[in-house]
Amino acid sequence: MMEITYSPLGDEAIVMEVGNEISKEATNLVRSITKRLEETLIDSIVEVIPAFTTVTVFYEVTMEFQYKDVKKLIEKTLEEMEDFDSIEQRTIVIPVCYGGEYGPDIEFVAKHNQLSVEEVIAIHSSGTYEVNMIGFAPGFPFIDGMSEMIAAPRRTTPRLRIPERSVGIAGLQTGVYPIETPGGWQLIGRTPMNLFLPNEDIPSLLQAGDRIVFKPITDEEYAELEENIHAAD
Amino acid sequence: MLQINKDGLQTTVQDLGRRGFQKYGVIVSGVMDPYAHRIANVLVGNPETDSTIEITLVGPQLTFLEDCLFALTGGDLSPLLNEVPIKMWRPIFAKKGCKLTFGKPLSGCRTYLAVAGGIAVPEVMDSKSTYLRAGIGGYEGRALQKGDIVQIDELSQNIRSFIGKIASANTDSSFIQVDWTLMTQAIPTYQSQATVRVTEGRQSHLFDVNSQHAFYKEVFQISSDSDRMGYRLKGPQLELNEAKELLSEGVSFGSIQVPPDGQPIILMADRQTTGGYPKIGQVASIDLSKVSQLKPGESIRFEKITLEEAQRALLNERRLITQLTKSISLKFKEDI
Repeated sequence: MMEITYSPLGDEAIVMEVGNEISKEATNLVRSITKRLEETLIDSIVEVIPAFTTVTVFYEVTMEFQYKDVKKLIEKTLEEMEDFDSIEQRTIVIPVCYGGEYGPDIEFVAKHNQLSVEEVIAIHSSGTYEVNMIGFAPGFPFIDGMSEMIAAPRRTTPRLRIPERSVGIAGLQTGVYPIETPGGWQLIGRTPMNLFLPNEDIPSLLQAGDRIVFKPITDEEYAELEENIHAAD
Repeated sequence: MLQINKDGLQTTVQDLGRRGFQKYGVIVSGVMDPYAHRIANVLVGNPETDSTIEITLVGPQLTFLEDCLFALTGGDLSPLLNEVPIKMWRPIFAKKGCKLTFGKPLSGCRTYLAVAGGIAVPEVMDSKSTYLRAGIGGYEGRALQKGDIVQIDELSQNIRSFIGKIASANTDSSFIQVDWTLMTQAIPTYQSQATVRVTEGRQSHLFDVNSQHAFYKEVFQISSDSDRMGYRLKGPQLELNEAKELLSEGVSFGSIQVPPDGQPIILMADRQTTGGYPKIGQVASIDLSKVSQLKPGESIRFEKITLEEAQRALLNERRLITQLTKSISLKFKEDI
């Protein structure tokens, strides 16, 4: 098992670091640590933020529960941790309507890589992707696994408003904007699915460790799905 | 009920934040000045975790549509009730129809308005805090604006009888300020140059020696593009020993990040959940209130303390609040 190092993040959090580069092993270990801590320490800690190679635990300081005590408790909890391969991986299909008004930058991405728009769609929708972490915006997945063949630089001038559910490319990354935000990503399409679910117990469609499949859909399918999904809004 | 007659610069419903959902990318939000918020609640008999209205620099105008016990804490924005200057850091009983307005900012920049019973807005993900960018929480997910009617929750029996006592003792005034306040050391004074205690950052060691030195020696200015998300500082250029790409990781209220331009940013209440810039320091939780009351153009100096000192100071503050809560609840029971 990879070694875990501990350090404080201010006076109300502790960070566990399992390495300094993104790897399958690190992602799995981060997921197992998170799961273990959430299951066993639910009453002693405030919350946990898993990231690429770190897990940050927030706690409430009391006389009896200061940095050293928290560290000791976590070390003890992790000693008894199960093997980290045992967490099941989910596969989530995200339908995407590529190009047109939803993906105004798809031609740029194609031209930049000397491909046709159809080829960009074929490459983007045939990749195997994995969610490394959720962050930046509610439900926003940092996704690993996009093909270099469709990599594209960020826009020189970021857009002030990117519509929610837009699918974009920035460098070697692809992602979906759950809520309307400013941003510099090249937009290649849009999904009718909500990634941010503020009224659900788990407010994010995706979680670290999930496998993602992007499935191309037509304008008509998009319209129909959007109507069904958002009828309840 | 409260009726908003004029917006103010940024007037939002906040509590101590939305906890437990950061792993889904949902930011904490919540008040910028936790101390002033807690005390405002305590002064009207609410639990310190209840929601208050955070008022920024330019206050709103509002009317109390029912008899109401309220308190104002935090920055002094020259509050007036029916055009008469009123005191902060104490409970005030306003009869139905009273109008609350604000004037010039005299010190600090955020005022907290607590009303007995608390602000009645629905909880979203266990919190009443307004998350403006996602449009959730608080009052319909947005800042308060002209025309809004804000509901107030049920009062406790204690507070109801306290209000009864003041009202019957002062039948002809339209509002009554109680004649007691907090002990002097419980009322902060906000200076335009603040010395703020910080603990070591997770990546302090990546900065060159000169930068580490300058960080604690020089004065930084709060730039004008500072907001609830972060305070951008202007000062000496802070540099790394060598350029390094870091992986995004969890950040917290008070993390001091340094982007490649070398000018630090203090992450505040509306910060994102994760960040990838190196952190040179971390504002001690006890001093977050002080930072939150600084305005653009004002300045800040950092003083290094140990983690143990930071945690001890925080515990002392908690103890002070518990003590204040006890003595104030006795005041509510006294005869007038």
